[in-house]
Amino acid sequence: MLAPLSWLKEYVDIDVTPEELEKKLFDCGFEVEQIIPYGDKIDKVVTCKIKEITQHPNAERLRICQVDAGKYGVLQIITNATNVSVGDIVPVAVDGATLATGDRIFNGKLRGEPSYGMFCGGEEIGIDDNFYDGASGDSVLIFNEKDLPLGEEVRDLLALKDYVFDISVLANRPDCQSVLGIAREIAATLKKPLKEPSYEYTAKKATAADAVKVTVKDGELCPRYIAHFVDDVKIEKSPKWMTRRLKMCGINSISNIVDITNYVLLELGQPMHAFDEDDLEKREIIVRRAENGEKIVTLDEKELTLNNDNLVICDGVKPVALAGIMGGLNSEIKETTEGVVFECAKFKRDNVRRSARMLGKSSDSSKRFEKGVDEYTTERAMKRALHLVEELGAGVPTDVHVDVSAGKEQENKTVKTTFSKINGVLGIEVPKGTVIDILKRLNFGVETSGDEITTVAPPYREDVEGYPDLAEEVIRMYGYEHVVPTLLQDAKITAGGYTKEQKDELKVKKVLIEQGYNEVMTYSFYSKKDVAALHLGDGDEEGKVIVIENPISDNYEVMRRTLIPSLLGVVSRNVKKGNYAGRIFEIAKTYIPRSLPVSDFPEERKHLCIAVFGDGEDFFTVKGALKVIEDNFGVKFNLGVRAEKTYLHPGASAKIILGGEEIGCFGQVTYETCAEFDLECKVFVLELDYDSLQAAFTVPFKFEPLPKFPEVKRDLALIADEKITCGEIEEVIRSACKQSVKNVELFDVYVGDQIGAGKKSMAFTVTFSSDGTKPLEAEDVDGFVKRILGSLKHRLNVELR
Amino acid sequence: MEEKIQEIKGKIALELADVKTSGELFQLKAKYILGKAGIIPGLMKELGKAAKEDRPKLGMVINSLKEWATDYFAKKEAEIIEAEKNYRYKKETIDITMPAKALKQGTLHPVSIVKAELIDIFAGMGFKVLETREIEDDFHNFTALNTPKEHPARDKQDTFYINDDFMLRTHTSPGQIRSLTTMKPPFKVLIPGRVYRADDDATHSPMFHQMEGLVIDEKITLCDLQGMLDVLVKKMFSEEAKTRFRPSFFPFTEPSVEVDVSCFECSGKGCKLCKGTGWIEILGGGIVNRKVLENCGVDPDKYTGFAFGLGLDRIAMLKNGVNNIHVLYEGDLRALEQFKG
Repeated sequence: MLAPLSWLKEYVDIDVTPEELEKKLFDCGFEVEQIIPYGDKIDKVVTCKIKEITQHPNAERLRICQVDAGKYGVLQIITNATNVSVGDIVPVAVDGATLATGDRIFNGKLRGEPSYGMFCGGEEIGIDDNFYDGASGDSVLIFNEKDLPLGEEVRDLLALKDYVFDISVLANRPDCQSVLGIAREIAATLKKPLKEPSYEYTAKKATAADAVKVTVKDGELCPRYIAHFVDDVKIEKSPKWMTRRLKMCGINSISNIVDITNYVLLELGQPMHAFDEDDLEKREIIVRRAENGEKIVTLDEKELTLNNDNLVICDGVKPVALAGIMGGLNSEIKETTEGVVFECAKFKRDNVRRSARMLGKSSDSSKRFEKGVDEYTTERAMKRALHLVEELGAGVPTDVHVDVSAGKEQENKTVKTTFSKINGVLGIEVPKGTVIDILKRLNFGVETSGDEITTVAPPYREDVEGYPDLAEEVIRMYGYEHVVPTLLQDAKITAGGYTKEQKDELKVKKVLIEQGYNEVMTYSFYSKKDVAALHLGDGDEEGKVIVIENPISDNYEVMRRTLIPSLLGVVSRNVKKGNYAGRIFEIAKTYIPRSLPVSDFPEERKHLCIAVFGDGEDFFTVKGALKVIEDNFGVKFNLGVRAEKTYLHPGASAKIILGGEEIGCFGQVTYETCAEFDLECKVFVLELDYDSLQAAFTVPFKFEPLPKFPEVKRDLALIADEKITCGEIEEVIRSACKQSVKNVELFDVYVGDQIGAGKKSMAFTVTFSSDGTKPLEAEDVDGFVKRILGSLKHRLNVELR
Repeated sequence: MEEKIQEIKGKIALELADVKTSGELFQLKAKYILGKAGIIPGLMKELGKAAKEDRPKLGMVINSLKEWATDYFAKKEAEIIEAEKNYRYKKETIDITMPAKALKQGTLHPVSIVKAELIDIFAGMGFKVLETREIEDDFHNFTALNTPKEHPARDKQDTFYINDDFMLRTHTSPGQIRSLTTMKPPFKVLIPGRVYRADDDATHSPMFHQMEGLVIDEKITLCDLQGMLDVLVKKMFSEEAKTRFRPSFFPFTEPSVEVDVSCFECSGKGCKLCKGTGWIEILGGGIVNRKVLENCGVDPDKYTGFAFGLGLDRIAMLKNGVNNIHVLYEGDLRALEQFKG
């Protein structure tokens, strides 16, 4: 929201610097995003009168002027301007001057002749026709007034120095979307009176033929509609004071009538519209929802196709404006316009917003309506516009005034409360007198009796509903620096901290990090292509996904049920950037619909997903992650069953079974799925239902007294059929001497000529421990080994190498 | 005898001169001094053959030879040990600039690091941690939070909808409703988690992280909110950090405040990070709106509270000097490996 300081000063006597004003506004809730200075750089650009003009002896296109520059004396100025003549008063930048562009001007010589300055055009002093007639274009500016004092700063004469405040207004303060609204706040914070603009006008008695009929067919979307007929309109240019203010607020001048509507929009925050009376067929205005497929051509000459959600203003026959957004080309103000019907209305904010978005049309008007307009201002804005019509001589207001109100009359918000409640919110004791003073400054009606206080909010403050709102009004004016930090002095002590589950999750992450895994975070949604990359079968649950109705991109459309595509995406991006190896993991939710389409809260289950890639990484790296989880959380997985997943290598993947339940799987990603992610390297992944895993976490260990007698290790090199698995051999070794085998560890596998085709050699270290009654003797261990070898031969046909 | 002794001394000196290792030394020691077979102990046998009156003198001479030899060997031994020690250390001297050996550890995600830090701070003040659902309904995400039907936040431009009834939560504030409807006051909760908004540029990501804080008790004031946030910024940023309140607006708090922390880069003097203002915006909060309490069946005349919400990504970015939010979600290992918890 833009507000020129000079304009604000019309309503409040602002006696602080722009910087101080910025601070004051900030403290009471209006952040100034920037202060745009106007004419602040211009210096030593002064008025002068041209006394004499002669031709430059050495240059055909240059002329030498003698000018009277008041206190700067008579100066010789060389110019190439052709539009100046003797007697003209023009701006001249004298030695040491600074132009609006920031450029400096110094004495110099042009083709051998000294020049003591430079004549300036509108651009050099930063103005155009909106500020001063004749300032546009690139010739020297010739002042229209013939009696200007000479040697005076142009900046001061034209009052060029100004500051435009760009203020951000909070959503609950639509009343401050205007210069007057901001001025009200400034008046309150500076403790100064507010000078309201004039709303006076004289209405001419109209004839019966001038009457205008207004029908509002949808009172919900248009709670208030005021129309007023202005006769004897003369379309002209607006005065400079008006065009200049419009320009500083980013609006181009069009004509007096249109400028008045825009001026009122900026000044009071109420959007208005003016229709040419001749274009309103049957002198009728009908406010209604558009027909589906109905068309309108707006002022910017674009044809729009409307639907039943759009509100239109129609005359007796056709749409003439898109309510609150933009007028129609068919009823615009033209040079020939002789009578106008002003519209001042309140349209429902969300409807304006939705229509503006749907149609891709946003205007100063729609932006104001979207934020909210109060009916008090709606009434006043019409009066203000009529006053301006009179002031500018743009036409004659008549007594044709139609006011259609759908709802009940707006009531000022009354709050009955106590000082204690207000202070109770703040936690400090703001003196009663101060509370009253602040609220009165903000134009609240205030009545008190003891601790009780009753306030009546000003009509434009629709946001004030209860004592917490009053507390906010008080503290923002009293100053937040009065808030004294306390640490819940009146609160009860509560037990805080992590739950066991939350602690466990952190520990899982820590354990994985120690194994070299980096935690990643990826989006909860991905594309349908990502799902397709898994090559799922028709019956696979992972394919039944929740789809976002309005994604910002196809890439973020599907709420994921598996994290694998997300992590493959991360791997792919890394490989493309030259990171050829890595270990990553993520713990995040997956979203499982209870039904499709979704008619109930979906189930949200956390998954743990791991991916490893690069030299030296394989199936067993990922299996290692499961082992550290087993070691740290007292769970025991069964990892001996092959997985059947469309996206996992059939020969290099396994189910993760916990307590008989399959909770996930791990292994090498198929080459086909890798290819979908442009991956040529092998990638190994793991994904499990983290919630199920966590539910099985037990106390991970209890201290076991150290063995009384030393353990004994024996290495066994075995020869087995190549189909025999490590797991089978290990199981046989363990079950052969259940009590005594402490650990079985594979340390070498060999396949080759030395042992013959179809065979492999596997070497294990077996650790034996004593039963605690006596130390293990060599003979005892020999006995165990014999039993193991016998069992291996018998059950698996495995022999010592 | 005298001659013989001189001869032995000469031989010892000569033979020892060439000795380089302690092994050689030991052999010579055995030859001359040790045991019965040694040359010097052998001289003692000859003592018996000498005349009786010469024996004491001779004995003394041999003993002195033995002492001399022992001493001589000891000196030589010390020299050799020193030389051998020096030789060994010299031989084992390494290139100390060669690369270090360490198990390569992974890293926690920067958002996890910030989340854990914040939880630690608040846990000490009696906050519990809640994780609530990400797919929410209209009641929890908007209506109960006093966000009326026409509020722009409900626009499809900003909110991801599953259908008319369900959406991805746009903030962690629905966690307030879930706590208020399931927990009995007084309580203090933190609700961290993923949130979603339709926005995608250098500082916005369609998914990001927030953490909501909610305290419900009797007589909670704005002063309490400031007190708690002071603790937060002191522990999170520095002991010198200060907070500043300024008016703001959220439908679910009244009064609402925007909270700035004094810039931790320049201590408030003004720098690039704080855009010269000396302050950095870190969170929004306020006193829980009475309507929110009413919507959850909590008596607003008995209970009051404050709530605040902060962006975990934003804090992670501020603390680590990351200026593009997508660094957090792309998973480039070169970036992730830099974030040491």
